[in-house]
Amino acid sequence: MPVVSLNNVSKSFGSQKVIDNLCLDILKGEFLTLLGPSGCGKTTVLRLIAGLETCDSGTILINGRDQTRLPACDRDVNTVFQSYALFPHMNVFDNIAFGLKLKKIPAQQIRERVRETLALVKLEGMDNRPISRLSGGQQQRVAIARAIVNQPLILLLDEPLSALDYKLRKQMRLDLRHLHQKLGITFVFVTHDQEEALTLSDRIVVMHNGCIQQTGTPKEIYETPVNLFVADFVGESNIFDARVTSTTGPDMEIRIQGVSKMVQNRRNFKNDQAVKVLLRPEDMTVERTNDQCPKGFLPGQVKEMIYKGTTVDLIIRLENGQDIFVTQFFNEDDQDIFYDVNERVCISWIKGWEVTLPHE
Amino acid sequence: MNEKQGFKRFAIFLNMTWFALFVLAPGLMVVGISFLTRDISSFFTWPLTLDHYRELVDPVYAKVLKNSLVYSFNTTLLCLGIGYPFAWFLSRAARHRRPLLLMMVIIPFWTSSLIRTYALVILMKANGIINTVLAAAGLINEPLSLLYTDLAVYVGLVYSLLPFMILPLYAVLEKMDTRLMEAARDLGANSFQVFVHVVLPLSLPGVMAGCIMVFLPAMGLFYIPDLLGGAKTMLVGNFIKNQFLTAGNWPFGSAASVFLLLLMVVMLGIYFFVSTRFNRSQTS
Repeated sequence: MPVVSLNNVSKSFGSQKVIDNLCLDILKGEFLTLLGPSGCGKTTVLRLIAGLETCDSGTILINGRDQTRLPACDRDVNTVFQSYALFPHMNVFDNIAFGLKLKKIPAQQIRERVRETLALVKLEGMDNRPISRLSGGQQQRVAIARAIVNQPLILLLDEPLSALDYKLRKQMRLDLRHLHQKLGITFVFVTHDQEEALTLSDRIVVMHNGCIQQTGTPKEIYETPVNLFVADFVGESNIFDARVTSTTGPDMEIRIQGVSKMVQNRRNFKNDQAVKVLLRPEDMTVERTNDQCPKGFLPGQVKEMIYKGTTVDLIIRLENGQDIFVTQFFNEDDQDIFYDVNERVCISWIKGWEVTLPHE
Repeated sequence: MNEKQGFKRFAIFLNMTWFALFVLAPGLMVVGISFLTRDISSFFTWPLTLDHYRELVDPVYAKVLKNSLVYSFNTTLLCLGIGYPFAWFLSRAARHRRPLLLMMVIIPFWTSSLIRTYALVILMKANGIINTVLAAAGLINEPLSLLYTDLAVYVGLVYSLLPFMILPLYAVLEKMDTRLMEAARDLGANSFQVFVHVVLPLSLPGVMAGCIMVFLPAMGLFYIPDLLGGAKTMLVGNFIKNQFLTAGNWPFGSAASVFLLLLMVVMLGIYFFVSTRFNRSQTS
């Protein structure tokens, strides 16, 4: 049984529809990420689960019970807010103990649980610090502690890492993963940062315009996006227009900028159908050439080379004027991945590494 | 740049002169006179004396002071009780409605408060508007005695001073971060608990500012007890007025003024002390 079930939920603010007939099951104990550009409705979904917004239609089941109309204070759900929303007039201890005190838990027990939680978020001994004397990272930890000390059924995290600097963000990502494993609580995480989503989640829900585009593991989302939006939003993609010229069993031949190439036919494409071929920059191969490209290679010219330490990125202009992005990794066998600007190259990929989608 | 500097100096000079002539000089004169001796023909004369301050401690005058403090205290409580909910709804009203609502609080300021007090007299007197309406509606047989009661004095004081409570409260409540209230609700607080544990503590600077801005003037508004209370109640303000205009005892009136001034200085001092500590604990 899912721990949270959103059934046909819709929500509008004024005339603007933010969530459109959304259905989503969240499984017990999973780390689920709602990923999407700003304004896609992901934070609204979180607030609906928390009870901070009420939906216009549809039902929300938490632990199997209909809690669509239950106020936020009566739900077994706690939130880590984007801005932390720590109480400025209380110290660290009182912030974390806030929820426990409301539940009338004995003082001795509160002290113990706050101490344990402080240890869990690595803030031992900070009890009496005023909030104003904490760094951004420490405030973040207090915000997490204030939520998890209540041992909620579900922990909601609204872009909690967006205010931290890059290094701290990476550290907190790891800490969040460990916390999730240790506590066994269901985490629902909202972010617009695809890297965060890919590294943290058991499952990712990609949202756009109030609708779910795709739900799946990070690997599924990255390697087999179901539409152009997901492919484009998660990671970088080169997108080619092509046309199917023949189909043979599991494979098919397509014509792409005048070049014939064999690819896999995973979606039962028909002959003469217009398709989009998606390729990740790191899935493409580049070869030097002096004259003609071999069969199945697209000719192009290097426009720019960007050295990035662990990789070398190339921007290559194809003959039809399209610019594509190729990432090459350093490796033992092939040290020679540096190219001159305007050097003529041929690009291709290994059959099956592409994603082919119908033309939208 | 030089011209700007010149204007700045001129503006400061003008203000300083104004304050020196019309605030500092009279103030110092009051302080000076409070140490002089009463004189029938020229109001005050030598020698220097502390007698007037000694007189102030006299039980008769101490009673006036106590009376005054009770009136001010009750007025402050009433203003807080009425002003807080009003400021709250004002701060939560739709953004485009707030200017209109604020104007309704501020507009009465543009009329002399003496005239507004006379208006209250017309409302509350025996054959005034309230009694006429109630009698016409058949709710009362004989007119209620509203005027020249404690009730009338409180109505007048609260009516005159309410905006001083509402405005500072509105200022803090309007800035209040609604996300903190959401966080409290999320952690299990019902509306009442959100108010007690989050809204009220965070609005304390506004509560304190409002209370001081009501409490201090309330002791000096002598014409309200005069007009609405039938001169039966005596506030420090009335006492000072009487010493100057009726009893002709300028030095004694001055001593009472100085005393009132000191009381205000002490209260403002406490306010600034507490509020800076409060602010320091909230910002790094």
